[in-house]
Amino acid sequence: MITMKKTTRNNIYTYAFVIVSFIIVQLLINSGNISSSLQGQLVPICAYVILAISLNLTVGILGELSLGHAGFMSVGAFAGVVACISLESIIPITLLRLIVSLIVGALFAGIAGFLIGIPVLRLKGDYLAIVTLAFGEIIKNIINILYVGKDKDGLHFSFLTDSSALNLAEGGRVIIDGPLGITGIPKLSTFTMGFALILITLFIVLNLIDSRSGRAIMALRDNRIAAESVGIHVTKYKLMAFVTSAALAGAAGTLFAMNYSTIIASKFGFNTSILILVFVVLGGLGNIRGSIIAATVLTILPEMLRQFNSYRMLLYAIVLIIIMLATNNDEFKARLRALRERLLPSNHRAGKGGAEDGQS
Amino acid sequence: MDKANTPEMQMATMPSVDLVSEREAAKKPVLETRNLGINFGGLMAVNGFNMTIDRTEIAGLIGPNGAGKTTCFNLLTKVYQPTDGTILLDGRDTSNMTTVQINKAGIARTFQNIRLFSNLSVEDNVKLGMHNHINYGMWNGILRLPAYWKGEKQAHDKAMELLSIFDMESLAGKRAGSLPYGAQRRLEIVRALATKPLLLLLDEPAAGMNPSETAELMENIVKIRDTFNIAIMLIEHDMNLVMGICEKITVLNFGKIIAKGTPSEIRNNPQVIEAYLGKKREG
Repeated sequence: MITMKKTTRNNIYTYAFVIVSFIIVQLLINSGNISSSLQGQLVPICAYVILAISLNLTVGILGELSLGHAGFMSVGAFAGVVACISLESIIPITLLRLIVSLIVGALFAGIAGFLIGIPVLRLKGDYLAIVTLAFGEIIKNIINILYVGKDKDGLHFSFLTDSSALNLAEGGRVIIDGPLGITGIPKLSTFTMGFALILITLFIVLNLIDSRSGRAIMALRDNRIAAESVGIHVTKYKLMAFVTSAALAGAAGTLFAMNYSTIIASKFGFNTSILILVFVVLGGLGNIRGSIIAATVLTILPEMLRQFNSYRMLLYAIVLIIIMLATNNDEFKARLRALRERLLPSNHRAGKGGAEDGQS
Repeated sequence: MDKANTPEMQMATMPSVDLVSEREAAKKPVLETRNLGINFGGLMAVNGFNMTIDRTEIAGLIGPNGAGKTTCFNLLTKVYQPTDGTILLDGRDTSNMTTVQINKAGIARTFQNIRLFSNLSVEDNVKLGMHNHINYGMWNGILRLPAYWKGEKQAHDKAMELLSIFDMESLAGKRAGSLPYGAQRRLEIVRALATKPLLLLLDEPAAGMNPSETAELMENIVKIRDTFNIAIMLIEHDMNLVMGICEKITVLNFGKIIAKGTPSEIRNNPQVIEAYLGKKREG
């Protein structure tokens, strides 16, 4: 059969969209048509896109509201950076070190996701959301009191004290300094790496969704009782989605952290979790391409509004509300359509004809 | 335990264990319940439920509203854990099994209020029924290894074959929630069949169907039994359907079995008539 499955075609559009966007941005960079502030936002945009896609796996595909996604991001950020700094002498090639760090970040976040997922996924609905919120804050606070140092004997860990308790030997280095976080991070993240990581994330998430496991995950979302009645193991597939989501958030966290010279745990708090959730909701639950667009637009938007100075966040909020209405409110959409029809009657008819051709 | 109060019941109670062991293995009843009951905080929703279903039997479970019919299904599939009695499925005690394990052991069901995966396609709904018969894991799926393509190909072919029972192949790509009511009911049956059950439980399969659809459904239920060689137990209020295709009928009222027997025996049973229509006024 030549006709492609609808999901396959949709996935190809998503890949194509990401690749074309990357090429356009690269061209803009090479021709110098991109502002330096926006250029500085490219890696964070990539990180947020990955975070939005991964959270969509939990919220849109599995159907469980998670409010602690930034927690997994921070586990990945700190684990990845510690790995990167401590492997400095062992792996001199920066690209390889970055890749290893990303894997370490994903692994640690995945483990955190597994440990948190076991108790959390027994809960349902609002209760689950509140507990993920709590775990997100717990992760943040644990990292806030965590001290990690490195000397010739290896890594040293300490809780709740201060960096002197690490008993580092001569020439040792404090990596995580409790609430002061990590300073002197090697800035290894690049836009190209971020792009590659987005593609890998898409590959994992889209292929997972369109497979036996992904169907089981969506079945749990649509009807848990029916899913059990056809022999689908609830905990197994909930954990699968949750851990995958956490691991990808961890990799995004590492990517994000290695774009800055300093990171602190309080950066990855409740606000960040909500921000990621806003990307997902705005892009549409279960809509991966929507998540990508929403994460990109909402990360660039504050930069674009910088010229309005103190009105910046006010305008940001207004724009956010308008976008939400325009994409999710049927009444608003109908009015918008009516307005467009009055303003551009001929255009509209042409557009409609085109759509019909497309369907037939 | 309250003893049976009708001659029909005593006649039809399960055969003694000796008798079962004398039979060939293939003739063992597929399902046997002994004294099954559940206590909802003092209310015995089902009490002393004894029945057997043979390998390829079509059994009916009827009774007035609130009699406990669906509760029986929920007990058999462990949506509720019984507080009394035992269930033997294919000779195995199911005491410690979960709903998922019950399905793997051979009971599939449909629901009174349709429970489809309504945002997924018709084909995916059937493939989900086959979930435990498709053999590739998460990584095979993500990395698109050969096992994925092989498994999905087989699943697709099998899904189409199953959908053809109800002539639904053309609907395969449609969203399950967008189907008309009757088609949703049929899809639920197909999904249940895809789990390769020994016993299929149908909870009001004809609800909301018109007479011609019901007639077609009756034919199809018999066809399913004959093609797949499975036992079917159904709850139904449509007496034409029940009397037309069931070989054995169990009547439930207030959580207790009040009669068992063939359709003609049930039709003339005074207790059943009383349960449905009430007592006669004059003595």
